[in-house]
Amino acid sequence: MSTIDATARPTGFVRDTAAVFVRESRPLVRDPFSVVFSLVQPLVFLGLFGPLLIGASGGDVAGTLQWFVPGILVMVALFGTASTGANLLFEMQTGSHERTLVAPLSRSALLVGRALKEVVPLVIQGTIVVLVAVPFGFRVDVPGLVAGLAVLAVFGIGFGALSYALALACRNRDWMFWMVHQTLLFPLMILSGMLLPLEDGPEWMQVAAAINPLSYLVDAERALLGGDFADPSVFGGVIAAAATCAIGVIVGVRSMRRAR
Amino acid sequence: MTNQMITAQGLTKTFRSKGQAVEAVRPLDLAVAEGELVAFLGPNGAGKSTTLRMLTTLLPPSAGEATVAGCDIRSDAAGVRRRIGYVGQGNSAGHTQRVRDELLAQGAFYGLGRRETRVRADELIESLELGQVAGRTVQALSGGQKRRLDIALGLIHRPALLFLDEPSTGLDPHSRANLWEHIVDLRRATGTTIFLTTHYLDEADQLAERVMVMDHGAVIADDTATALKSSLAGDRVTLSFATATDAAVAAARIGGEVEPGDARTVAVVERDGSRALPRWIRELGDVDLEVVGATHRQPTLDDVFLALTGRSLREEAAHAQPAEAEGADAHSATVAA
Repeated sequence: MSTIDATARPTGFVRDTAAVFVRESRPLVRDPFSVVFSLVQPLVFLGLFGPLLIGASGGDVAGTLQWFVPGILVMVALFGTASTGANLLFEMQTGSHERTLVAPLSRSALLVGRALKEVVPLVIQGTIVVLVAVPFGFRVDVPGLVAGLAVLAVFGIGFGALSYALALACRNRDWMFWMVHQTLLFPLMILSGMLLPLEDGPEWMQVAAAINPLSYLVDAERALLGGDFADPSVFGGVIAAAATCAIGVIVGVRSMRRAR
Repeated sequence: MTNQMITAQGLTKTFRSKGQAVEAVRPLDLAVAEGELVAFLGPNGAGKSTTLRMLTTLLPPSAGEATVAGCDIRSDAAGVRRRIGYVGQGNSAGHTQRVRDELLAQGAFYGLGRRETRVRADELIESLELGQVAGRTVQALSGGQKRRLDIALGLIHRPALLFLDEPSTGLDPHSRANLWEHIVDLRRATGTTIFLTTHYLDEADQLAERVMVMDHGAVIADDTATALKSSLAGDRVTLSFATATDAAVAAARIGGEVEPGDARTVAVVERDGSRALPRWIRELGDVDLEVVGATHRQPTLDDVFLALTGRSLREEAAHAQPAEAEGADAHSATVAA
């Protein structure tokens, strides 16, 4: 018996990843407003929590913003990428994910292309947050901002990949995805020193912060946005982002390879 | 010799559910030649989708061998994927995607060039009547439009073999008829081999030249719809009489049975009812039994299913849960495995 001619052409990992990335990014290009929509939460924190922080600390507005805005950027990266698995969850419940599994695409590309897409909204949202804060006295170092967003992007790829891995593990159990999501997200946020300094907290909280990669990221962003590239916390932040990225992509690719 | 598009020997799928082995597909042999249009007909949970998922490389078989478009489903899954089109049970386009964008993405997934993809996408948009909605997001489409988009996505790379899993489930009668027309047109224009599963009798009857009836994980009949109907079911003829006594006598004479609900009516199943009917009327007239009414009905695939299993597929479909028991089983089983 002879083989029927293939009507699809062979592709490679890079082309497959690009194809997945382009598909995932298209709705964003078509409807850029959707990027702004998920900015509501960080802007609420900036506008409503910021003034309280200024009042409580007794510091000046500009100085407090200098401390607070980098934390909000990390919040953007954290919340934006953490829920991205919900899109995959939805596509698994319709037939959309299944269609990509039957297509001649590398499984790794299905994960990596999706995770890379996270960079786009993250960078746009981060830039908007900074622009909003500038009129209130926030001073931004431009090379520092570029470096800061790059570190956040690396973190976002990894955290997005973990969110996809969680979606693949939950399959049709939405409740489980959101339960894990909520259970992890708020402790991670509070124990990073993003909103309030942890130096005044009890010792166990400081221990928890020491093992939370986000706290290194928050410290690094504070140094970078101030233009202080030489600060040792920058190194810690880069390591934390790279480690999150590596672990996220490895776990995500493994889950996608097992996907049915 | 014509090419075999699908062959299978002893293809088997056993799921483990709560410590018990469930045989979703019992050792199955298949041979589908190039250009055939085959329908897999059976109730929900019969193993149709599981078979399809094995053939399309979505599910590894527990045992057995199969080749699809000449490629082994185990050792050359990538080869199978490059040669087949697959339209699954669910809607396969992303909700936030625009119709044309999703076709362009699908072209890239199959390694087509940019220009080629654009040309092909526009061709499919036209032939599947999606022109009005090409710029809309998928979530704004009607059920029928979504289903036509699913088929367009499955055809982007002009596959020689197309799998359709329950193509018209959930559609209104008008959209179903429209979808069938598109499938028949596609087949006429391209000669694509089509393998579809359905639990709708009329779908199998209207579309397929060859029907494989599946029940409890096994194929229990495999022939053309016409041959199945004439060999297994036969025409159904009823004769009515003025009294129950007449009916009882007539039933004994012509080998029929008095209808349970109507003592004055006799029902007979006969290979060629249209020839038998005038003969019976004459014979009964000779012994002064007057036939006051008669009906003659061609057999349906439901009669075939009834003859094979003792159950009516139509009634099972009416009682079936809307949720896809088969798909859910497949999922939980893979999680456990």
